[in-house]
Amino acid sequence: MTFLHNIGLYILMLQKMFQKPTKWRVMKDLILKDTEDTVVNSLGIISFVSFFIGGVITIQLALSTTGSFYPDYLVGYATRETIILEFAPTIISIIMAGKVGSFITSSIGSMRVTEQIDALEVMGINSINYLVFPKVIALLLYPFLISIAMFLGMLGGMVACVYGGYSTMSAFIEGIQTDFIPFHMTYAFIKSFVFAFILATVPSFHGYYMKGGALEVGKASTKSFIWTSVSIVVFNFLITQMLLG
Amino acid sequence: MIKVKNLKKSFNNKPILKGISCEFEKGKTSLIIGQTGSGKTVFLKCLLGLHTHDEGQIIFNKSNFQQMNENEKMELKSSIGTVFQGSALFDSMTIEENVMFPLRMFKNIPYDEMLDRVNLVLKRVELENSNKKMPSEASGGMQKRVAIARAIVNNPSYLFCDEPNSGLDPKTAIVIDNLIKEITEELNITTIINSHDMNSVMEIGEKIIFLKNGVLEWNGSKSNIFKTDNQAVTDFVYSSNLYKKVRKMYLDKS
Repeated sequence: MTFLHNIGLYILMLQKMFQKPTKWRVMKDLILKDTEDTVVNSLGIISFVSFFIGGVITIQLALSTTGSFYPDYLVGYATRETIILEFAPTIISIIMAGKVGSFITSSIGSMRVTEQIDALEVMGINSINYLVFPKVIALLLYPFLISIAMFLGMLGGMVACVYGGYSTMSAFIEGIQTDFIPFHMTYAFIKSFVFAFILATVPSFHGYYMKGGALEVGKASTKSFIWTSVSIVVFNFLITQMLLG
Repeated sequence: MIKVKNLKKSFNNKPILKGISCEFEKGKTSLIIGQTGSGKTVFLKCLLGLHTHDEGQIIFNKSNFQQMNENEKMELKSSIGTVFQGSALFDSMTIEENVMFPLRMFKNIPYDEMLDRVNLVLKRVELENSNKKMPSEASGGMQKRVAIARAIVNNPSYLFCDEPNSGLDPKTAIVIDNLIKEITEELNITTIINSHDMNSVMEIGEKIIFLKNGVLEWNGSKSNIFKTDNQAVTDFVYSSNLYKKVRKMYLDKS
């Protein structure tokens, strides 16, 4: 029952998010601030993780595809497919659920605890539009982060492959270019947009509707990470089934 | 003026407010007092529209709050200033930005004009030259004064204060109380304070409403509070020996 109640509450929150919009001159500043908090400040961790995980993916693929039976370019090809189809959009989104999701839940949750949300409401401000909508707009830039993750993942893979002596640079690049299907990029970006929406709204929901004090803010952040990750995994399956199945 | 008629509110079938009726006059400071759990915070939140009441009417200057459309409600809310118990300042904004916030949201005036207004109200609460400080850098008393400045920057018609001097030392609490009283008289607004601080009652309580278990048990002025025979009120007000002595002295004199 609680689960159904929360889904209903989440849908009502989404509906309210588009009602009674905040003045543009205020909203503009909020969007810029949330873009910095959620997108710009995540560039470092995403670049770091993508580069090294790309390297690890390549090493593991290279080790399991050694022998004359496999062509040299296979490592590059498999790295590209793994990174574009799954690692960059999905795994990075789960990492972002931990970083950005927790940040959103704890910041909105703290505002709830310290009555800042009540202060907005008594002023006649639609607090959901004020707090959640700018995050949704800011995270429209999320596919840009995913593009960087794709590029750095493949770069990390190439560095690991070449300097680890698993294959040559030309073979790796040939693999990256072999049988490229542009729709896979479209699929990855569709996923990224859906995940961006989940990353902005599910943690906001957990922060906005939390009850209690400082301890509950921590609990809400953990809960938010779990539900954001679960939503990402479920929607990943559904989108993949719809677009590639 | 605010009129409340037969206000009822319950949570999970447990009645919290059991039919409260009262009036809050313009230009006067009214205090809602009562023990913890008496329903005063729920009452204040119903008046503010943060809780939807189950039955009864709240009438702001002849307009029934429940019958207002969204635009009318928004207009009314923009004429309400609120000071929360914990100040509720936006901690990502400076003091200046906090005070300017209602102006940015509701007024279409140039930035310089907004800044002049902010400086004026900050001066009124004796916080000039604190514009660029963050709320975390301000003391409890300063935070309360910033909250009052933010509440009055829009020239409100109503001022609601929830425990405005909780957590403050007695001297600062009196400064805050007097500031609220002076502002109420200067702006000729309807001020409602939720408190359990008897010093506030004695300092600024022009009209006092005493709640007990969700019922309006007693109401009157601060001078009447010394004379009342209502056992619940005397038990609450004269719980400390100091006030028992004060009451005895007052009754002996009169």
